[in-house]
Amino acid sequence: MNVLSDFTWILRYLQSAVPIVITFFFVLVGQLQMPLQYLSNIIAGFAIISIYYWVMFRPELMPSIFVFFLGIIQDSLSGAPLGLNALVYLLVHVLVNNQRRFIVGKSFWLFWGVFALISLFAVFSTWVLASIARGSYLTPETAIIGIIMTIIMFPAVIWLLVNIQRKFIGTARF
Amino acid sequence: MAKRSAKVSIAGLVLPVRLWTQRFAFLGLVLLSLTLMLFSRAELSSVNQVRLAIVDLIAPVIFVFSKPVQAIEGVVSNVERLFIINQENQNLRENNARLIQWVEEARRLNIENATLRAQLEYVPDKRSQFVTARIVADTGGVFFHSLLINAGARQFVRRGQAVIWQGGLIGRIAEVGNRTSRVLLMIDINSHIPVVVESTGDRAILAGNNTSRPVLEFLPGNSPISRGDRIVTSGHGGVYPPGLIVGNVAQATHSVVSVKPFVDWSKLNQAVILDYGVDGILPAPERVPTRTLQNKIPPDLKTTQ
Repeated sequence: MNVLSDFTWILRYLQSAVPIVITFFFVLVGQLQMPLQYLSNIIAGFAIISIYYWVMFRPELMPSIFVFFLGIIQDSLSGAPLGLNALVYLLVHVLVNNQRRFIVGKSFWLFWGVFALISLFAVFSTWVLASIARGSYLTPETAIIGIIMTIIMFPAVIWLLVNIQRKFIGTARF
Repeated sequence: MAKRSAKVSIAGLVLPVRLWTQRFAFLGLVLLSLTLMLFSRAELSSVNQVRLAIVDLIAPVIFVFSKPVQAIEGVVSNVERLFIINQENQNLRENNARLIQWVEEARRLNIENATLRAQLEYVPDKRSQFVTARIVADTGGVFFHSLLINAGARQFVRRGQAVIWQGGLIGRIAEVGNRTSRVLLMIDINSHIPVVVESTGDRAILAGNNTSRPVLEFLPGNSPISRGDRIVTSGHGGVYPPGLIVGNVAQATHSVVSVKPFVDWSKLNQAVILDYGVDGILPAPERVPTRTLQNKIPPDLKTTQ
C-alpha cells in the first residue's frame, strides 16, 4: 500500500511537470537550425502559446518562477541580454493570469483573439527591450512575420496541448 | 462555535498573506530580470559565466534534438540532388578541367615564390591552426544573430577568432564556454569588420544590420565600386586575418553599398574556427600564446600548421 502511494506521489509530480517540460521543449526546438526560413521563429513562438494555455487552464502548474527560468534559458541560448525574454514571459504570465476569468469557458475565437493580442504585445515588448539593450533601432518586420505565422498555427498547437493535457494531466480545474 | 471562528480567522489571514507573497515574488522576478539585463548590457563577466554555464549544460540536449531535424534535412537535400544530378556532373567535369590547369599554374607560382622569397630573405606570415566544429543551434533569432558551436575552451577556442565555412567568413567567436562557443554572425548589428574591395583596394567597414545584406560603411566617396565586386577582410584591427572572403557587392548606389555574404546560411551545419595567432584588440587575460596551444590540441580535432 505504501509502495503504491509512493508511486502515486511520484506520478503526480511527473504529471505536474508536463507543462514546464512541454514549454521547455518548445524553447529548445525554437533554437534548432531549420531548413525553412522563419520556422525557428515560429516554433520559438510556440513557447508563448504554451505559457498562455497552461496559465489559462492550469495556472498552478505554470508558476511565475518557472516562467522566469524558461526565459533565462531562452536568453542564454539566443544570445539576448539575460533577463529580456524572462521579463517578456513574466509580463505574458501576469496578463493571462489577470484576464483568465474573462476568457475561460468562452468561445475559442475569443481565446484565439486574446492570444493574438498578447503575442503582439510580447513581440512589441521584445522589440523595445532589444532595441534599448542594443542601443539602436532594430527592424521589427521579421519578428512580426514570425508572430503572425505563430498566430495562424495557434489552433494546431492548442490541439496538441489539449491532447497532452487529456492524456497526461486530466481535465482543467476552473 | 469558537473553533469555527478561529478557523475562519486563520484562513482569512493566510489568504491575503499568500496573495501578497505571490505579488512580491512576481515583482521580485521582474526586478531581477531588469537587473540581469542591466548587468548583461554592462557585459559583467559573472553574468556571462552564468549564461555560458547554462548553454554548456543544455547544448548536449539541443544536439540530440537536432539529429532528427538533420536527418529530415538530409533526406530532402538528397531528393533535391537527384533532380539536378546530371547538370551537377556536367558542372563538376568542367570545373575539374579548369582546376587541373590552375593546379599546374599554382605549382609554377609556388616554385617562383619560393625562389623569390629565398632571394629576398622574406619572413613568412604565421600559418593558421584550425578547429572544425558542428553547429549545435542556430540561435539567430530576430533581433540577435548568432550560432552555437560544439567547441569551447577545452578545444582552445578563444574569443575573437574568425569563423569560416567553405572559404567564406561567418563571423567571430563572441563567447567561449567549456564545451560550446557563440559565434557572432557578420550580419548581426554588433558586427563591424574591416574589409577591402579586392578590385579597387578601397578600405571600408562591413557593418551588420540584422538583414541578410550587410552594408559597407566609410567607403571613399570616389570609389569605383560596382555590383559583383569581391569583398575580403583587410586584416586591420587585428581580429580578422587578411584575405578571408566575405562576399560580393549586391547593390551599389550613392547612398548604400550592400554585400551578399559568400556563405550560404541555409546550408551551414559546420564551421571552422581559425587561429592565426592575432590577438588584436582583445583584452590581455584572454590571450593564450599560440605556441602553448600547439602542444595541447587533442589529436581527435582536425588541426593543421
